[in-house]
Amino acid sequence: MAKIRRNDKREMPALNTSSLPDIIFMLLFFFMSVTSMKEVSYKVTCSNSPQASELTKLEKKSLVRYIYVGKPTEQYAKQFGTDTRIQLDDQFAETNEIGDYIINERSAMKEDEQGKLTVSIKADKETRMGIITEIKQELRRAYALKISYSATQRTNGL
Amino acid sequence: MAKKIPQINASSMADISFLLLIFFLVTTSMDVNQGLARRLPAPIPPNQEKADQDINKRNLLIVKINSRNQVTYRDGSMEMGDLQEIDIKDLKAKAKEFILNPQNKAHLPKLVREDFGGPFGEMEYTKDHVISVQNDVDTQYQAYLDVQNELVAAYNEVRNECALEFYHKSYNELEEDQQKLIQKIYPQKISEAEPKNYGN
Repeated sequence: MAKIRRNDKREMPALNTSSLPDIIFMLLFFFMSVTSMKEVSYKVTCSNSPQASELTKLEKKSLVRYIYVGKPTEQYAKQFGTDTRIQLDDQFAETNEIGDYIINERSAMKEDEQGKLTVSIKADKETRMGIITEIKQELRRAYALKISYSATQRTNGL
Repeated sequence: MAKKIPQINASSMADISFLLLIFFLVTTSMDVNQGLARRLPAPIPPNQEKADQDINKRNLLIVKINSRNQVTYRDGSMEMGDLQEIDIKDLKAKAKEFILNPQNKAHLPKLVREDFGGPFGEMEYTKDHVISVQNDVDTQYQAYLDVQNELVAAYNEVRNECALEFYHKSYNELEEDQQKLIQKIYPQKISEAEPKNYGN
């Protein structure tokens, strides 16, 4: 009589994970290519950017300088108040420092690229135009005439 | 007999690459840098008096955004100080009509006949039109960008229609020199006024 042998301890065969690193590496490379490094840590709340539909991409990263405009984030609000402030690179700045900043940045660039400098204004959509107008006047004085109002693609209509 | 090389234990490889992946996820941001590209006018030399440009009234469209984000405009049909309220949704159509002046109306910019060569030949266009955007100190940034956006959209539509008519392709599909030609016919003439101190 055939006896059905019951194996009390039948082990699951080990899953072959040798291709797991390759899969993860693929993911890694995908993310590395589609994302970009953060330029600076924000000290102002400019992530709430305005919406527009006629956008153009900023092509060359090395030619773009950023001016962040917004209210200081919570951790800086005590020190700097809640009024709209400007951030250049990693620190708060006044409007009259923009000219020097642009001139410094421009002289650090290659000579043939100096004329192509683009300034991207990343401002919160709640910002009042007074400070933006002041920034624009400073940029004009520093001959940084190519500007871009940073915005996100509008998803719903006006 | 050749000595067998012991196999390297690669089981931690996955963990290492996971770590790298998470590191990159944290330090990078997905957002592409895009924005509304504009060009500022060159500064006025300090020793030069601010020359009030004499623009014919019919060639000028003033779009003003007040402190309550209301959009008003004035074109050639209105008196000097008058401003008429306009909904932001209608601004693009208004700007297009102003740029093209298809019916050659007397209060819209003067049409000038010029030879552009290429497939265009001689055609009429509004040579000296200017759209002037004015804003108040308290205007919201979003409202200002909305207006700028609608004006740029009007120009893009005009250029696209021109491209479809003469090249039977959309403006974005054209070669660079063809785009340049169309830009010459319809240059973006959005002037940003010198800041003024308005009342209230």
